[in-house]
This record gives sequence, C-alpha cells and structure tokens, in this order.
Amino acid sequence: MTESTPSEGDPAEGPEDATTANGPATRPSDLATPADGASTEAPSARRPAGRRGRVSSGFGRYVAKHVGGAAVSLLLVLFSSFFIFRLIAGDPIDQLTRERPVSPEERAAMRAELGLDEPMWRQFWDYITGTLTMDLGDSFQYRRPIFDLIVERLPATLLLSGTGMVLAVLLGFWIGARTGWRQGSRFDRGHVATGLVLYSAPTFWLGMIVILVFARYLGLFPVNGMRSPSTPPDFWSQAVDIGHHLVLPVLTYTAVVYAGYLMIMRSSILDELGGDYLTTARAKGLRDDEVRRRHAVPNALLPTVTLVFLALGSVVNGSIITETVFSWPGLGRLFVQSIFYPDRPVLQALFVLFSSSTILAVLCAEILYWFIDPRMRRSG
Amino acid sequence: MTLLEFRDLWVTYTGSRGRIPAVRGVDLSVGAGRIVGIAGESGCGKSTLAMAVLRLLPKSAEVSGEILLDGEDLLRMGWGRLRAVRWTGASIVFQGAMHSLNAVQRIGRQVAEPILVHERTTPAKAAARAEALLERVGLPSSRMRSYPHELSGGQRQRVMIAMALACDPELIIADEATTALDVMVQAQVLQLMTGLVKERGVGLVMISHDLSVLSAVCDTAVVMYAGRIVERGPAREVFADARHPYSAALGAAFPVIGDPASRGRPGGLAGDPPDPARLPEGCSFRPRCAVAVERCGEESPELLRVPGIGTVRSSACFVAQEGESVVFG
Repeated sequence: MTESTPSEGDPAEGPEDATTANGPATRPSDLATPADGASTEAPSARRPAGRRGRVSSGFGRYVAKHVGGAAVSLLLVLFSSFFIFRLIAGDPIDQLTRERPVSPEERAAMRAELGLDEPMWRQFWDYITGTLTMDLGDSFQYRRPIFDLIVERLPATLLLSGTGMVLAVLLGFWIGARTGWRQGSRFDRGHVATGLVLYSAPTFWLGMIVILVFARYLGLFPVNGMRSPSTPPDFWSQAVDIGHHLVLPVLTYTAVVYAGYLMIMRSSILDELGGDYLTTARAKGLRDDEVRRRHAVPNALLPTVTLVFLALGSVVNGSIITETVFSWPGLGRLFVQSIFYPDRPVLQALFVLFSSSTILAVLCAEILYWFIDPRMRRSG
Repeated sequence: MTLLEFRDLWVTYTGSRGRIPAVRGVDLSVGAGRIVGIAGESGCGKSTLAMAVLRLLPKSAEVSGEILLDGEDLLRMGWGRLRAVRWTGASIVFQGAMHSLNAVQRIGRQVAEPILVHERTTPAKAAARAEALLERVGLPSSRMRSYPHELSGGQRQRVMIAMALACDPELIIADEATTALDVMVQAQVLQLMTGLVKERGVGLVMISHDLSVLSAVCDTAVVMYAGRIVERGPAREVFADARHPYSAALGAAFPVIGDPASRGRPGGLAGDPPDPARLPEGCSFRPRCAVAVERCGEESPELLRVPGIGTVRSSACFVAQEGESVVFG
C-alpha cells in the first residue's frame, strides 16, 4: 500500500479542496494544476488525423483514455482518504472520551461498537466495499448513517454554492470580456482593482462585514440559517423565506470568487486581441461590440471550459467558510463540525465526495471539449 | 475613372521607440477595372497601406493625408459611414488565411456575415448567396459546414476571396493573397481575380513581394522602399527594365528559369532594410545603393518622370532622372 500515503499518488485536488477555505478550487493557482493537466494531455493525443471514417472510433479512444485517467484518480482518492485521517487524527477513543474518565472495559466496549477492534486490513476492506456500495458507515457524533447525513445536507449546499457559482461565473465572464476588450481603460482598471480587493478579502471577514451592514445596521436580511421557524409550511412561503436567507451568503460567496473568473476571461480575451480574424471581422463592417460578442468571446471561451467544470465540481465543497459564517445547514458546515468533534468516518466520506465531484467534473470538461472545439476531432 | 486615390498619405506609429514612420507621403491612384501591384520587402509599408484603406490600423498609428474612395475621404468619415463603406466599397483578402478566419465558426456563416451586416436580407438568403460565392471560387457547397482547419491552405484562401466578394465591392485589396499557395493553386486564384476585374470592372490592388506574379497580372506596378514609392510604371516594364536601383536589385534577386547565367550571379541585395526609426539622411536607399552619387546623401529624391522613355515611368532616383542606367555591375 505504498501509494496510499498522502504525499504520494494523485489526490491533488482532494485534500486541498476538503480542508482549505471557501472555494479554493476556483483560485487560479489551484486551477492551474488540473487545467494545465488537461491541456498538456491533449497534445499527446494529437496524432496525425486518420481517415475521415475513423472519427467515431477516435471519440471512443478519447473518452476511454480520459475515463481511465479519472478512474485512477478516484482510486487514489479512495485509498488516501482512509489513511490520511488515520494518520492525522490519532486514536478516536481518546478524542471521544477526552472529558471524562473511562475504564479500560468501557474503552474496549466503545472500540467494539465503533468497529475499531478489527484488524486494519479488515477495516480497510470494509471501507472500500462500503464506499463502493454507498454504505458509508455511521457517524460518531450523530450515530446515524453518514449517507443519510449527506443526503439531508446536500440540497442546502447545492443551493448556496450552485447559485453563487453560477452568478460568479456569469458576472466574472461578463465583466472580464469587457475589461479585456478595453484593456487599460478606466473601466478595466476599476473592475480589476475592485475584483482583486474582494478576491483577497478573507471570506469570514467579508461575511462578517456583510452581516454587520445588511443584517445588523440595515436590517434587510436574516443573519443565519436557511429558514425561519415561524414561516408557514406552504411551498411559496418557504421558497420566499429560503430565498431571503440565501441573499447574504450568496453575496459573500460570489463577491469573493467572481474575480477569479474575471481575470481568466480577461486574459483569455487579451490573448485573442491581436487575432487576425478580428481584423477581418472589423473590415467586414461589424460594430465593435459585435466583433467582441460574435468573434472574440467565442474564441476566448474555449480555454475557460475546464474552469467552468471545475467550478461545477467544487459546488459540492465550495462554500465551507461561507456556510460556517452564516450557519448554513450544508455539507461544509457538517465538515467543519466533524473536524472539531472529530468524526473520522464523516470526514473520510466527505473527503471522497468532494474529491470525486471535482474529478468527475474535469472528466465532463474533457469530454465536452470534443464537441465544442472542432479542432479536437481531428486527433485521437 | 478613379476608384481609390491616396494623396500624400503618411502613417506614423508611436511606440516605445518613439515615432516610427511606416508610410511617408504616398500618392497613388487605382482606376476601375485596373490592377495595381505594390511590391517591396517586408516592412516597407505595403501592408500598412492596405490596412489604412479601411482604417484598420491600430490606435497607435497616426494617419494623415487623404484616402479618397469614390471621391469620399475615408480618413474624415464618421464611424457609421465608415462601417457602411467597409466591405461594400472596398474589401480585403488578408494574408495568412489560417488566422484571418474565425477558427470556431463555420465557413458558411463567416462568408454570409458581411451580407447580413450590410443588407436587409434573411439568414437563409444570405446563406444561399454564400453558397453561390463558394461555388464561384471552386469550393463545393458542402464546404459551407466546414471549419477553417478542415480546409487546405488554398481552399482557405479561396474562402477569403469568396468572402471579399460577398458585398460586391468596387475595390478589392489582395494583401499577399497568393503568397502561401503552391503554384498551381496560385494560378487558379490569380485567374479568378483577374477574371473579376475584367467581368465586373472592380479595381484590384495586389500586394506581393513576388515580382513574377505582379508583372504577369498587373497593369501598373509601384515599388515601395522604406515607406515611399520609389518607382512607378507599367508592370512589365518596371520589372524588366528597372529605373530605380532598388527595383533592379529586387528583380535580380529572382533567378530566371532556363538562364544558367542567373544561377551563378549573386542576386541578393547587401545590407538590411533601414530601421524606420532612424532613416538615413537624403535618399533612404543610399547605404545599399551601388550607383549612389554625392547628391543622394544630401537630399531625398522626389518621384519624378524618367525622361527618354515612350511610356510614363517615374522614379525616385537622381541617377535615373538623369536618364542614366541604374543597373549596377
């Protein structure tokens, strides 16, 4: 089991996504790794185009290659998740009984109850087979199946980071395309400066400012949670109430993250600015914004596809700090609670979930590239 | 009838190295149904001239003088009028067709685009016209749905030509349109373009460094050096019997097929084109010129008619203006 130590193997996105702050996967530095990985893989696949009839088998090979790569990454994540938390967490019985004195008999009973008296290989085997069959075991703190805990909290997380992510991508790309197009203008400098200030603001700090201003002083929005207990149970009242609670967390989340998309779209547009095809478009008599919309942006979007899918992948784990600041009942908050308890099986399961969602999203991006970049189809 | 006329056109780029004059006082006119060739080394300002016609130069370029298209000064047009004139009054076949086409848009859409921009028509009608245009340049209509990378270099160049014809322009500027093509395709493309000039009376400006192409196709030829026109005359005569030492050197750089003597002769021209930021005093060709006289270092020669020839020939060379030979060696 040499590949199982955290320093080896390829759980690259995994541990960082799971343990660091809000939406780390969307910061360019983190993004560079998987995105570059994707683009450096592509040229190796570029063999001279075969006969036209072989296009379909080319697609099969292309998909098989990327699915294989994703499967290897998933296995490594699965292995390393088991060992990482055993290496860093120490003996769970010590941690669970820290406050009170317990006799050795009681300790042995707890051990047996939690299944920790089994030999390591047995625990490992149970973990692997369990995870593959969606039986994630029980949580230490809740004494309930982890699967149920995740299913309960997933919708809240998807709602918060999904909304935030979509807004951040749209806003970032929209502004980014315009700032890049007018590089050096006041519009450009103003937006880049604003975006970067927000980008470098710690999420918890920005969250507190947002709470202070909009909830405490202005009293416009509720401070925490996802719904008020006093709301009538009918669908529309509930929807409005959740929407009302959603505003501040989404605002915080979007504000911190959108500048990453802005900068990437901006630099992507800058790469296109000198393109001869833009001169052609101008010569045809198109208006400046038509040249940007119809020609520059579609070309600039290509390199950002991986990014968007990474963003979708990190929707599951993207808002740990935001959820904590706003007491949002989602997976991020569950993760933080499990760290403090410490609830090893939950951490293990969430680690696998967060990592695999990123890996699957990247896989989707790779496959989508085949369809959106006509040049890919020539290569295997 | 004069379609396009440059009057004392200057183009100056302002960059980190200061002000760099790329075009220095060019006067040139192109009539309907005529083909004018512009020859010269890279960097002599010929592409800048082409881009100046539709005001496609970057903002750092300062343009002065007049560019009259059908009597209307392009440099003093409002943006709306300029956009209307682009592609309908004059269109450009750009060099390097790979990068001049949008890589992620189908050919048909790119060819139909100017029609939709300039005319009130439906997408279906524009597509039908694009199809007809492609057929006219010898591409099957199935190519409408192709992407640029799926075509060969020659096919892409023909797409560019089809696109240039889309709005029936009066003037077409071909900037190194045939340079990247192999000779057979080049011949087809040239035939296509000269055919258009004959049938429809469009004016054609051919920019190239390939003298054999220019002398075969053009009515009039001008040779540019360091941003100026140094020689002008009927195309065949300019290249067969040069009246400027630079044109003579340009002609000598081409080996003559079947002439063993031209093989051994060193055809190239010593030295490099001058740095446009630091042009020499007097005639800018003087440092590389074998027939220079004392006066060449003192004043810059104007483009004047060369005496003693039946046809109208002009040269910006003191030696040639004296009626003497400029062919060295």
